[in-house]
Amino acid sequence: MHGLDYNEFLSQISGFLCGYYLLIAAMNWLFALYRWKNKGESRLALAWACVGLVSLILAAMSVAGNPDVIRYISFNETIKGGIDALMSPTTYSVGSLLILLVMFRYREVLVRPNVAWLGLNGMMFFMGLSLADQDFAAIVTKPDNVPIVGLIFLLAFFTWLATSKAVENDRRIANGELPLEATEPEREKVLVWPDLVYTELICMIALTAVMLLWAILLQAPLEEPASSVKTPNPSKAPWYFLGLQEMLVYYDPWMAGVVLPSMIVAGLMAIPYIDFNKKGNGYYTINERKFAYLTFQFGFLVLWVTLIIMGTFLRGPNWNFFGFYEYWDSHAVEAMNNVDLSQYFWVGMLNQPLPKPDPDAAFLTKVLVIAQRECVGIVLLIGYFAILPPLLAMWDKKRLFQPMYKRMGLIRYMVMTNLMLWMALLPIKMLARWVFSMKYFIAIPEYFINF
Amino acid sequence: MPSLGDIIRNSQIWKSIFRHPAPVDRRNRIVVMLTNFFLHLHPVSAKKQGIALSYTWCMGGVTFFLFLVETVTGVLLMFYYRPTIEWAYADILTLRDATSLGILRELHRWGAHAMVITVWLHMYRVFLTGSYKPPREFNWVIGVILLLLTLLLSFTGYLLPWDQLAIWAITVGSNMARATPFLGYEGPGAQLLTVGGIDMITNASDARFGLLGARFVGEETLNRFYVLHCIAIPLGVALLLAVHFWRVRKDGGISGPM
Repeated sequence: MHGLDYNEFLSQISGFLCGYYLLIAAMNWLFALYRWKNKGESRLALAWACVGLVSLILAAMSVAGNPDVIRYISFNETIKGGIDALMSPTTYSVGSLLILLVMFRYREVLVRPNVAWLGLNGMMFFMGLSLADQDFAAIVTKPDNVPIVGLIFLLAFFTWLATSKAVENDRRIANGELPLEATEPEREKVLVWPDLVYTELICMIALTAVMLLWAILLQAPLEEPASSVKTPNPSKAPWYFLGLQEMLVYYDPWMAGVVLPSMIVAGLMAIPYIDFNKKGNGYYTINERKFAYLTFQFGFLVLWVTLIIMGTFLRGPNWNFFGFYEYWDSHAVEAMNNVDLSQYFWVGMLNQPLPKPDPDAAFLTKVLVIAQRECVGIVLLIGYFAILPPLLAMWDKKRLFQPMYKRMGLIRYMVMTNLMLWMALLPIKMLARWVFSMKYFIAIPEYFINF
Repeated sequence: MPSLGDIIRNSQIWKSIFRHPAPVDRRNRIVVMLTNFFLHLHPVSAKKQGIALSYTWCMGGVTFFLFLVETVTGVLLMFYYRPTIEWAYADILTLRDATSLGILRELHRWGAHAMVITVWLHMYRVFLTGSYKPPREFNWVIGVILLLLTLLLSFTGYLLPWDQLAIWAITVGSNMARATPFLGYEGPGAQLLTVGGIDMITNASDARFGLLGARFVGEETLNRFYVLHCIAIPLGVALLLAVHFWRVRKDGGISGPM
C-alpha cells in the first residue's frame, strides 16, 4: 500500500472503516438488547448502547476520509511510537505468555459476559483506531493475512466459550454437582432427524453465505509471474508455517524445519497415550485436568498461534522485527553478535583457544576433538533429556512428577517428560538468546550439527 | 382430487428413491436415517448434550463441508488450468479476467484458508472436552494425520498459480527438506552416507530433490505438486475421513461424560 499518497490511502480505507464501526455499533446494540432482560443489568445495557452510539459517531467521522477528521479517531504518533518502541520479540513473547497466565488465573472473572464483551470491544476498537495507519493497514488487509485476523477473533470467541463452560462445570463439581453435560436432561436421547441434521443444514447454509460473501468482497491475491531471479524480501512460507519459520531465528533448518515439526506431530499423536487422567472425558473442565490444559494451551496458543501472528504481522524484510506501525524498511540492519556456548567455555572461562580438529586426521580423532570442544553443550544435552526427568520425579514428591512416574511407569514417564522437554527447547533457546546472546549450545559446523 | 404434491409423492419414481413417507413422525424419522445412504453416517438417536452446537461447535462438520467445497471448486478450476510453466499463470489471469462471476478461485483459496482454521478449532474443541481419551485415542491419531494432510493440501496448492507469492513460499518451505538429517544434503549426517568415496546424498538425490523433482522449484515441481494436490492427497484424505467418521460411530458416538 506504500507509494500511495496518505489522502488517497484514506479515501480507500474510509469506506471499510465506516462499515466496520457500523458493525461494532450494531453488535453493541444487539448485546444491549440481549442483556436488558437480565435483572440488575439495565444500567450496563444502557452503557453498551452508548458504546454503540460512540461507534456510530466514529463511523460518521470516518466516512468522508478527511484526514483532519480521521486524525481524531486514530492513535496519534506518540501512542504509536510508544507501542512500537515497547515491542520486540522479547516483550512480545514474554507478554503473550503473561497474558495467558493472567487469563488463566482470572478466568472466572474474564468469562462473565459483560467482561468478555468489554474485551471484544477493546480488540475491535484497537483494530479500528490502528487501521488509519498506513503501515498497520498494509499488513492487516493483505488478502492472505485476512484469514489470520479472522483466526484471532475466532480463537478468542471459542476460547471464551470453552472457558466459560469449563468454569461453570468446575463450579458445579466443587459444589458436588455433576457437570452440565452429565445431567439427566442433557443425557436424554433425541432423534438425529431433526435435531442434528437441521443444525448441520443451517451450519452449511450459513457457511456457504460467509464463503460467498468473502469470495465476492476480497479478491484472491495474484502477484507478478514467478521469477526465479527476483527474490522478494521478506520471503515468507504460507501463513500456517510461519511459526516454524520464526523458529529459524533460534535454530538451524534441520531443527526448526524438520526435527521440531516432527516432534510436534509425534507429541500430538502421543497425547491420548500419555494423559492417564480419566477425568474430564467428554465435558468441559479445567480444574480436573489443569496440567494437561496448561501444557496444551502453552503449546497451541503461545508457541503456535502467537508465533504465527508474529511471523505474519511483525516480521518484515530480512525477517527483522517491526512494530505494528513501523514502515517495513528493507535497509534496516539488526546487529547479530551471538556467541556459541563452546566459545563462552573455552575462551571466556578457561582463557584458551577452541580445540581445533585437524582436517586431515582420521574420522574418529576428529570426532573426539569436536566432542572435547563441545563437551559442555553435550553434557548439558544429555543431562537435559536423560537426567532431568528422574531428578524432577525425585524432587517433586507430592504434586506432579513423582505421582506421574508412579502411575505411568518408567517408559511412559520418560516419553512424556521428553516430549515436554522438546517443547521447552524453543522457549529455552529464546531466553538464552535474549539473555546471553547464545548462538548454539552445540556447534559442529563440520557436520551441519548446530544445536 | 389429489394435490400435485400427492401425485409426485405417490409416483413410482419418487417411491423408488425414497422408500418411505416423509420424516414427520417418529417412525419415519428413524427410518430415514437407516435407509438414506448419506444420512446413515449418523446414528438414529444421540444424547442431547453431544449434538449441542455449543458443545461441538460443529467444527468437524464444517471442516468436512469445506473439504467438499474445495473438491467441487477444485474440479471446476481444473477445467481452466494447465499445470505447465507456459500456461499456469496465464490461465489464472484468464480465469480472473475473462470468466463471468469469477469467484471460483476466491472460493477455493479462502475455503482452503478457512479449512486450516476449522481443523485447528475442531482439534481445539476435541482437546478441551478431553474427547481424545479412551476409547477414542486412535481416532485422535487419525485426526492428527488428517491435520497434516490438510496442511500439505494447502501447501501444494499454494504453488499452482505460479506467481511470485507461490514459488517463493514453496521455496522457503521446501528449503527445510535440504536440512533433513541424513536425507538432506545440508543435513547432519548426510556426509557420512558415502560409498567408496562417492556421496550418496547430493542436491540431486536428497529429500528436497524428491519433493521438488528438481534442484529448484521449476516445471517438474509444478507437475509434482499438481498431481499431489489434485489426486494423491485428496485420495488419502478421503480414505482417512471415512475411517475417522466410522471410528466416531464405533468408539461410541460424539463424546460425552461416561
